[in-house]
Amino acid sequence: MQANSSDPIVRFENVTKAFGELTVLRNLDFDVAPAEKVTIVGPSGSGKTTILRVLMTLEKPDDGVIWVDGEPLWHQKSGSKLVPASEKHLRKVRGNIGMVFQHFNLFPHMTALRNVTEAPIHVLKMPKGDAEQRAVELLNHVGLGDKLGHYPSQLSGGQKQRVAIARALAMRPKVMLFDEVTSALDPELVGEVLNVIRELAEEGEMAMLLVTHEMGFAREVSDRVVFFDKGRVVEQGPPEQIFGNPQNERTKSFFNAVLRH
Amino acid sequence: MSEQFFDWEYAIGFMPTLLEGLWVTIQVTVVAFILAAILGLLMALGRRSDNPWIAQPIGAIVEFIRSTPLLVQLFIFFYVLPRYGLRMPAFIVGTIALGLHYGTYTSEIYRAGIDAIDRGQWEAARALNFSPVRTWVGIVLPQAIPPMIPALGNYLVAMFKESAQLSAITVVELTLTARTIGTQSFRFLEPFTMAGVLYFLISYPSSLVVQRLEKRYAGK
Repeated sequence: MQANSSDPIVRFENVTKAFGELTVLRNLDFDVAPAEKVTIVGPSGSGKTTILRVLMTLEKPDDGVIWVDGEPLWHQKSGSKLVPASEKHLRKVRGNIGMVFQHFNLFPHMTALRNVTEAPIHVLKMPKGDAEQRAVELLNHVGLGDKLGHYPSQLSGGQKQRVAIARALAMRPKVMLFDEVTSALDPELVGEVLNVIRELAEEGEMAMLLVTHEMGFAREVSDRVVFFDKGRVVEQGPPEQIFGNPQNERTKSFFNAVLRH
Repeated sequence: MSEQFFDWEYAIGFMPTLLEGLWVTIQVTVVAFILAAILGLLMALGRRSDNPWIAQPIGAIVEFIRSTPLLVQLFIFFYVLPRYGLRMPAFIVGTIALGLHYGTYTSEIYRAGIDAIDRGQWEAARALNFSPVRTWVGIVLPQAIPPMIPALGNYLVAMFKESAQLSAITVVELTLTARTIGTQSFRFLEPFTMAGVLYFLISYPSSLVVQRLEKRYAGK
C-alpha cells in the first residue's frame, strides 16, 4: 500500500481491545483523511480515549491492524504477511503521531523551552540551536514567548497545556491526538487552550483527532464528528448533522443529556 | 609510665597511625558507596525487566544477599573464593563485599523512587518517541534520584560505621588499626576510645547534613 493524498493517514481495520472483561474497542473500522479534523464524542468509559492510546502505542490492540500513512503501526511486513512490529519499526511509525494529554505530562525538571527542545534534539537529532529557535517560535505561537525559562510548577494549567501543545508540535507529527486536553483545567483557563487548538485547526495540514467534552468547540473545529459508545462508532458525519439532526436514538439521548445543561 | 586512667601522652603518640586507619576507612566507604549506588541502580533496573529470565535471578540474588550477614559474605569472599583461584587484596575484597551488600539496600531506594514517577511521564516520553535509554537518562532518573539523596546519605553514614567489619578480614582500617595499637602496648582503652571519637566526629555531622537534606526534599 503506497501512500498518496487520497489514502487515509490513519486507518483502523477491525481493531479490538479489551481490558479484562471490558471490551473497549469492538472490531473498530475507522479512517482519518490527511489534514482531517475529527472529534470523537461519547459517554465516559465508552473507549474514546483508547482509540487515541492504541494509536499513540500506549496500549496494544488485541486484534486488528492500524495503518498510519500507509504503514502498519503494530505490525511490519514480512514477505506478504504481517508480523508483530519490532521496536525499531514501532518507533519509526510512531514518529508520525503526536499527543497532548489531559494532565499535560510536562517534564517538571525542565524549563518550558527545554520541554520543547528535548525530543527534537535527542530523537530527531536536530542541532541544539535550530531546536531552540523552533521552540521559541512555537512557544511564541501559543502565547508563551515570555515564559521560556519557567518551570512547569511556575505555570498555570492553561499555560502548561499550551507548552505541551508546543512540545508535541515540535516533532512535526502528521497526526495530532488531543485527549480531553481541557478536562483538567479550571473553567477560566479552557478558552486559552481551545483558542490555540482552533488556530492549529485553521492552519490546516496536520490531521487532528480530538476526544473532548466541549461540544461547542467540537462543532466549530471538526470536519467530522464521531459518536462513539460501547466500543463502536454509533454514528458519524459533519458536525451540523450529528449535533443538529442525529439519526440514532443513542446519539439523540446522549446529546439531550449533554446539551441540556 | 604513669598509672593515670587515660594516658594522653600515649594517645597523642599513636594518633598519626590511627589517622592512617581512618583514611583507609574513608577510602573503603567512598569506593564501596559508589559501587553500592551503581549496583543498586542496576539491580533495581534488572528487577524491573520485562524478561523473567533477568528479573527473577536478580531478585533472588538481591534477597539472598540482603538476608545474610555482611560478615559471612566477607568471610566467603576472603577465605572461600581464593580456593577457587579468585585471589584479591583484602582491601579490594572488603570494598566489593561492602558495596554489594549495601547495593541490595540502595536498590530498594531506587525501586521506590522509580515507582514514584507518574505514569504520565513514561507516556509523554513514549509519545515524543524517546528511546528507552533516553527515557531513563533524560526523563525518569533525573526526577527519581534527587528525592532519594537523603535515603542514600543515610546508607553512606551506615556504611562508614559498618566498614569496621572489614577488620575481620585484615583490612587495616580504623578499627583494626586501633586493635593493633592496643595489642602492641596492652592498653586498649585509649586506642578504641579515640577510634570511637573519630567515627563519631565524622558520622554525627554527616547525619545532620542528611537530616537537613531530608527536610529540604520533604518541603518540596
